[in-house]
Amino acid sequence: MSSEWPLWEIFIRGQHGLNHRHVGSLHAPDADMAIRNARDVYTRRNEGVSIWVVKSNDITASAPSEKGPLFEPSNSKVYRHPTFFDIPAEVGHM
Amino acid sequence: MYAQLVKAEGMKSPEEMTPEERAFQERIDRGEKIEPKEWMPEGYRKTLIRQIGQHAHSEVVGQLPEGNWITRAPTLERKAILLAKVQDEAGHGLYLYSAAETLGVSRDELIELLHAGKMKYSSIFNYPTLNWADIGAVGWLVDGAAIMNQVQLQKTSYGPYSRAMIRICKEESFHQRQGYDILMKMCLQGTQAQKDMAQDALNRFWYPALMMFGPSDKDSIHSAQSMAWKIKINTNDELRQKFVDQTVPQAEYLGLKVPDENLKWNEEKGGYDFSEPDWSEFFEVIAGNGPCNTERLEARVNAWEDGAWFRDGLMAHAKKQDARRAAARLAAE
Repeated sequence: MSSEWPLWEIFIRGQHGLNHRHVGSLHAPDADMAIRNARDVYTRRNEGVSIWVVKSNDITASAPSEKGPLFEPSNSKVYRHPTFFDIPAEVGHM
Repeated sequence: MYAQLVKAEGMKSPEEMTPEERAFQERIDRGEKIEPKEWMPEGYRKTLIRQIGQHAHSEVVGQLPEGNWITRAPTLERKAILLAKVQDEAGHGLYLYSAAETLGVSRDELIELLHAGKMKYSSIFNYPTLNWADIGAVGWLVDGAAIMNQVQLQKTSYGPYSRAMIRICKEESFHQRQGYDILMKMCLQGTQAQKDMAQDALNRFWYPALMMFGPSDKDSIHSAQSMAWKIKINTNDELRQKFVDQTVPQAEYLGLKVPDENLKWNEEKGGYDFSEPDWSEFFEVIAGNGPCNTERLEARVNAWEDGAWFRDGLMAHAKKQDARRAAARLAAE
């Protein structure tokens, strides 16, 4: 009786020191194999310098249906953006 | 295309839609991406599973005609390149299976449906690759047609599908170029026998490549719904026309003749007029009666069944390691 390999989410850090970024998922029996498979699937063209793997089941995600209330607080705070403030041209670059 | 003749649900008018369905359609019309776990009509989900699944199967089965030539490639460099290309196809299959899995179907389920003959893959992979020029023709024409389809699908409404397409498109142009490069070598620097081989390959692959886009959607109700849902962006005919317009000058550069007496530039429409492929052949191949259907499916089933002990072995090992780690943790407490 065969049992399906668990699903892993794959995160790769690119060449330029940016954050690890989610690139996709794959099946693997364990974490070591997930890293090997991620190397073969997601870094065939020098896409990265570091790989994280996380079991998909271990990820907690915000619910799509709560998108409104969850993000509303920041929607109403336009003053958090620098473009909110008018700086006169004679002040120069700021 | 890689997903030909995907059955979709019948189309509803705005008045027939439930409020949820209407809100969903409005999101799509605004160009929003639909993400996993968000509400979607059952028909949208089912059509996507069929389409992405068929697309994934095509990537994987598509390795077989080319795999046939890995051990027979004329130079070590050609062999390494072909190997890399075939490896890419496995990756593309994986991206697509992953996208399908976000819709609540497992990869194993999809594979079992394929093996049971309940899901399809592209008709093109049921044609044999008889000589080295065929590998050139497959890269040039088959991957060329695939790119034409996939470029538009980058804009598809389902987020995971769109992201898989973006990744695939980035990698795919290498595939088409490597095919064309094989034919340039044979046609521009080769012997007469090699040129003849290339012409023969074009003769055999031209119409099957045109069939990849599927029959004209003039009479298809499925297309209309899929286009409204933006899981299909262009019609089959539009893509086929674009493919012909792009490919004919490339054939001319190689000194090859497209096997169509009716092929003619039409100034008025700004494109070529060309003959339709033999659609009865297409339906035969789709129904399982192409030259290589049995062989292809057998190869897939055998690979799956012969590899079962290995997949199970790795899983058993992983479970044992887990148990050992858990026991060690318990002992340490």
